Amino acid sequence: MGSEWNGFVGGEWQRVIDVRDFIQKNYTPYEGDDAFLAGPTQNTKDLWNQVMDLSKKEREAGGVLDMDTKVVSTLTSHGPGYLDKDKETIVGFQTDKPFKRGMNVYGGIRMAMKACEDNGYKVDPEIVEFFTKHRKTHNAGVFDVYDAEIRRCRTNHIITGLPDAYGRGRIIGDYRRVALYGTDRLIEDKKAQKESFGNVYTDDVIRGKEEIAEQIRALQELTQMAASYGFDISKPASNVQEAIQWTYFGYLGAVKEQNGAAMSLGRTSTFLDVYAERDLANGTFTEEQIQEFIDHFIMKLRLVKFARTPEYNQIFAGDPVWVTESLGGMGTDGRTLVTKMSFRYLNTLNNLGTAPEPNLTVLWSTRLPMGWKQFCAKMSIKSSSIQYENDDLMRPYHGDDYGIACCVSSMVIGKEMQFFGARANLAKCLLYAINGGVDECTGVQVGPKYRPVEGDVLDYDDVMAKFDDMMEWLAGVYVSALNIIHYMHDKYAYERIQMALHDRDVKRYFATGVAGLSVVADSLSAIKYATVKPIRNEQGVVVSYETTGDFPKYGNNDDRVDSIATYVVTTFMDKIRKHHTYRNGIPTQSILTITSNVTYGKNTGDTPCGRKHGAPFAPGANPLHQRDTHGAVASLSSVAKIPFRDAQDGISNTFTIIPGALGKEDQVFAGDIEIDLSQNQ
Amino acid sequence: MIGHIHSIETFGTVDGPGTRFVVFFKGCPMRCAYCHNPDTWELGGGEEWTADKILEYYDENKEFYMNNGGITATGGEPTVQIDFLLELFTKAKEKGIHTCLDTSGIMFRRNEPAILAKYDALCKVTDLVMLDIKHIDPEGHKKLTLQPNDNILDFARYLDEQRVPLWIRHVIVPGITDQVDELTRLGYFIGGLSNLKALDVLPYHTMGIVKYEKLGIEYRLKGVEALTNKDAIEAKKHILDGIRKRRAELNQSHELEEQHKVDGVNPASHDTVG
Repeated sequence: MGSEWNGFVGGEWQRVIDVRDFIQKNYTPYEGDDAFLAGPTQNTKDLWNQVMDLSKKEREAGGVLDMDTKVVSTLTSHGPGYLDKDKETIVGFQTDKPFKRGMNVYGGIRMAMKACEDNGYKVDPEIVEFFTKHRKTHNAGVFDVYDAEIRRCRTNHIITGLPDAYGRGRIIGDYRRVALYGTDRLIEDKKAQKESFGNVYTDDVIRGKEEIAEQIRALQELTQMAASYGFDISKPASNVQEAIQWTYFGYLGAVKEQNGAAMSLGRTSTFLDVYAERDLANGTFTEEQIQEFIDHFIMKLRLVKFARTPEYNQIFAGDPVWVTESLGGMGTDGRTLVTKMSFRYLNTLNNLGTAPEPNLTVLWSTRLPMGWKQFCAKMSIKSSSIQYENDDLMRPYHGDDYGIACCVSSMVIGKEMQFFGARANLAKCLLYAINGGVDECTGVQVGPKYRPVEGDVLDYDDVMAKFDDMMEWLAGVYVSALNIIHYMHDKYAYERIQMALHDRDVKRYFATGVAGLSVVADSLSAIKYATVKPIRNEQGVVVSYETTGDFPKYGNNDDRVDSIATYVVTTFMDKIRKHHTYRNGIPTQSILTITSNVTYGKNTGDTPCGRKHGAPFAPGANPLHQRDTHGAVASLSSVAKIPFRDAQDGISNTFTIIPGALGKEDQVFAGDIEIDLSQNQ
Repeated sequence: MIGHIHSIETFGTVDGPGTRFVVFFKGCPMRCAYCHNPDTWELGGGEEWTADKILEYYDENKEFYMNNGGITATGGEPTVQIDFLLELFTKAKEKGIHTCLDTSGIMFRRNEPAILAKYDALCKVTDLVMLDIKHIDPEGHKKLTLQPNDNILDFARYLDEQRVPLWIRHVIVPGITDQVDELTRLGYFIGGLSNLKALDVLPYHTMGIVKYEKLGIEYRLKGVEALTNKDAIEAKKHILDGIRKRRAELNQSHELEEQHKVDGVNPASHDTVG
């Protein structure tokens, strides 16, 4: 290897592809405060003003400024695009100009057409014909295999949001590898991997070798893409500016080819800090310059845009890309992984102002350095834009080089990936148990025709037994649908550049999810502790409930009902675990609807807890709205009882509090009279 | 022993350091014009709790308070039920819980031995007192709270003697407690307290009015507008000026003392708490 690695501490990372080893041997933990940070340069301000101006125009145009309707987006489909070439220190857009959305068709041509039409554009008829007659898409593949039962589950909304017509996302390439090794070395490694399969051609080996061939091609095209911007990424990055640029090119390749449900960045800051420290020591760049590179990098991440439909935006509440970047955390050796670069990333919220993307996620540990904790708190107060996740909870499972995909899905960078699996509506499943598989809204026999609940009052043991049977059925049909989806996604919309930035043998999580947990817990609690009378329509379907008497409600730290919630999570997970999963994915479960709870509510009838048809579910693992009457701590304690081992894909709790209730304004109250006396002269 | 408790807040972030378990006691003899908890004035009533029950509730959630937090007694005026308060804090201290008393000091009587003894005991199990001085001027205080402030100021001095860490709280009400000379006077007074750890300036707000309407009590500050944060910060500066003035004077006399020592002269003992 050339001079690019001069000054780095060598090790195993030189012999094999191992970014973590490089970080561990070379990074400098930072335990100081934010005083070293630099503000925005004039160029940064100019560029950002240009972005604000374009954003305004985009809003005025109805949400989309420009869309490609002729060229299918690939790594090399478009020439270079710039805001202002002379001012940008980090470059690259998905198409040949900013704010122009690319066309991704491999997930499904119909979705691509609709995304265009809904925004007033029309896909070139030749493209439509090609992807209808000559080249199959993921969506077409899935619907060739879906059976009637799966279709019924979809249209009756007991299984929803399945990635069968759009990109599944949730795969994080180790984009840092591009910077550390350059694509030549990565291609060489992939070639060796391809040979390492041997010559017994089972299905798995054939698929494995074909995938690696695709990965090699993707790395070659990525090199061409970078060359169109004037950079040679076949060699390792030689300074921090290049390291950021190479890393970004890796990510840019991914978002050119995949319009995924979450296109997360990973955990790049501490890696890049190694380069920054070397450049600062050598006098190559100043702090102000390095901050400028990061500002321009983050600016690019804010401008990732996809062509999507209004329906899609409704499910996900807006047009999120989920460019999640995981910051900080602690190392397994006890050193903090916070570096100056972690500060610089958060500092972009000062220099560019607040924005929802990238989704800056702080991996929180009680042992983080105080200076970092204080800076995070300060920036949270200022921007309300930082997400926090529990590093102390995830580190034992994933070590110290994992990242978050989307909002909560944790995976080791470059070594683990996820098959995203949307979610099953457990509240509806409970209603199916009561009605013997008949949908309470449509009257259709969706589930198996089991014996419905009889009599005038619901009996807890009877309902629980029936609910157990119905969950058993639901888990089966749900896993089947996901097996089909991921088979077809791999076949027709394979994430070749993201997977090129993974090891050969990756651990695949088979992610499932549930919605309506608090509705189920409260409903079962009502059946157990109060009196619930079913109200049937003329067809004998229970469509409403008359609940008399009080019952414990989830969200009040009351074990009588919290234990029901825990039981349901563990039971459903165990039922999922019984099934064969595509590519032997490890089943996980999430309880994390952050926004789609409104949609779920619309499609779910009255529930025994007193919730009416159409009323929204609580988001994620939240208690139902206004049912948690014992304060924040009790509410949080209930959620904290949900076992992570049975919901490893994440448990979310959406918590809103007015700033004044979270603490005092620091100028009004410093908490220390000596600080006051020294500051307020 | 039974305590009369108005309510318990399990996620208190503005009543003492860290995240706190806040117990609102019933009963208060003060009638502060701006009080936002008039529903706690009445003696007795409320929920009946034992100290053990309260601490059991605390223990259920203790993970939230372990990091710099603890229990805060407020109200109402907790010292109206001083026997119960003493039992609660004694048992809390046995469990190693940080105890914070939010009080107006109104019940303190240095000259009544039975009362003083209870306060002496209370000081031993109290880690922090947040003393709310409503008005430094005796007349102003009477008008604002319908009670005198002599025992309150004496309580501040007493806490200094007992070496109990002290936060001073002061509500700034436009036209009533925002006069520069009074703010400076307040600062001058608390500048003499060696146990002073923090100053908490609270901008007057009008969120309590709804409760008055519900309870059918006349609201005496009708028409007074809420104080802005900016004005609160401004007011705080004047208090800090007073503190600096007093501290400068004390330093000077301290230097004199040192000088006397060097000269071999025994100085008359200074009452440094003023």
